[in-house]
Amino acid sequence: MTGVAIVGAAETDEVGVLPDHSTLALHVEGARNALADAGLRPSDIDGIASVSAPGPIQVAHALGVTPRWIDGTGVGGTSFLFHVRHAVAAIQAGHAATVLITHGESGRSRVGATRYPHSPSSPMGQFEAPYGTFGPTTTFTIPLLRYMKEFGLTPEQLASVPVAQRKWAALNPRAMYRDPITVADVLASRMISYPFHLLECCLVTDGGGALIVTSAERADDLPRPPVHVLGTGETFESPMISQMADFTTSAAFRRSSADAFAEAGVSTSDVDHVMIYDAFAHVPIYGLEDMGFVDRGEAGPFIAAGHTSPGGRLPVNTNGGGLSYTHTGMYGMFLIQESVRQLRGEAAAQVPGVEISVALGNGGMFMAAGCLVLGNRLP
Amino acid sequence: MAERTKPVPSPTPETQPYWDGAAAGELRLQRCTDCGAAFFYPRTSCPHCGSAAVEWFTASGRATLYSYTITHRPAPGFDAPYAIAVVQLAEGPRMMTNIVGIPNTPDHLVLDMDLEVTFERRGDLALPQFRPAGERA
Repeated sequence: MTGVAIVGAAETDEVGVLPDHSTLALHVEGARNALADAGLRPSDIDGIASVSAPGPIQVAHALGVTPRWIDGTGVGGTSFLFHVRHAVAAIQAGHAATVLITHGESGRSRVGATRYPHSPSSPMGQFEAPYGTFGPTTTFTIPLLRYMKEFGLTPEQLASVPVAQRKWAALNPRAMYRDPITVADVLASRMISYPFHLLECCLVTDGGGALIVTSAERADDLPRPPVHVLGTGETFESPMISQMADFTTSAAFRRSSADAFAEAGVSTSDVDHVMIYDAFAHVPIYGLEDMGFVDRGEAGPFIAAGHTSPGGRLPVNTNGGGLSYTHTGMYGMFLIQESVRQLRGEAAAQVPGVEISVALGNGGMFMAAGCLVLGNRLP
Repeated sequence: MAERTKPVPSPTPETQPYWDGAAAGELRLQRCTDCGAAFFYPRTSCPHCGSAAVEWFTASGRATLYSYTITHRPAPGFDAPYAIAVVQLAEGPRMMTNIVGIPNTPDHLVLDMDLEVTFERRGDLALPQFRPAGERA
């Protein structure tokens, strides 16, 4: 328990294909929506966090916010979970009272977007790029064949991940893809990077969102029911996929979630709802196992049996996930948004009685991980 | 206009011996003289114990296939589909590579198969690659 709560949360008006929005405009729109949600104005904000481009200073300036605490941590898609954790520490220390965390990314339309080439003298430039790596489909995918050999995960079980998430997306009018799909559909979709088919790879979209975080005491004076930050964790494993210690498990998932659960004082059996970063279909499999919801090797059969689908005993990725809802590139903001909606009882595909939700974010290719345990009441 | 040649690594002072070794037809790794652990990629400090007492040695060039993907979306200069693999070196570390000398198909690329190092010209450098053990290029 941290004594800090999320009091404002909103996404951009739309997510999907937004060629009329620059990257910065997506940050600003998400921030304005989150401020409105919290009943606050820019002058009420004294701390800001965002990823490195366009960066917290540009975002704060565009909004007219004058912060006395700034965090530009950029560790890929999980950055926003790190920002929540850092904001908790800042609020506890008195360095800021009310922190705004923003995401905006023109991932599909690439309007005002920065590219991230790595130098040919960097370790990645010397020891990975020469072998033909070219973005996440060529690197994030590499560990899975080892996992399949070690645990006997079948192509059909892997394909059941996008099938399950499409069932959630069907209930979410904002999701980019909502038509039902079958395991056969997934396996018939074109091969992107063996063993991954198209429908096992995330979308590429435009969008944004923002959060406002403050002390639980101050939250009592604000209009929305607080979502309490019960526990947090952050860590990294390797900047390069080739140097991941064990291709069948994410050390970063294990360590960040262990810290978050310990701080929250909860166990997996206390959790009602789970969000796991799903850039590719195997990531929720690793996440469920590495957080301890199921034993090693059991997540594929667990998902294939429908336990994470609507009506199942462990609802996972209830917005449809990066596979069907939206995936701007740094998707982590949308994990937190859906956890907040579920805890407020206002999600499109609302799960009855959610009191504790866990969000597990990935950054890079199993590079970094952040975990948040959130709740709508204090234990 | 997009670059149409394969990427050429740009060595740094701490990696130069690795690339010099490759040019001489050797796979060179580092090991820590304090704790004895071998490691990759080249660094000025042992990632296992923090010692700066690191030395270069010539590896056996033997490896096994740890995991891979076969990409159908090629990087500039590459012809898809091709495999991007991670191999388990006999000395302990793992490294990324391509698998040459056999078709890059799931039937031919079998996890844990024995491999050996070979070298491919890349710009002014030689790039370590791996092929099935015991086969002549």
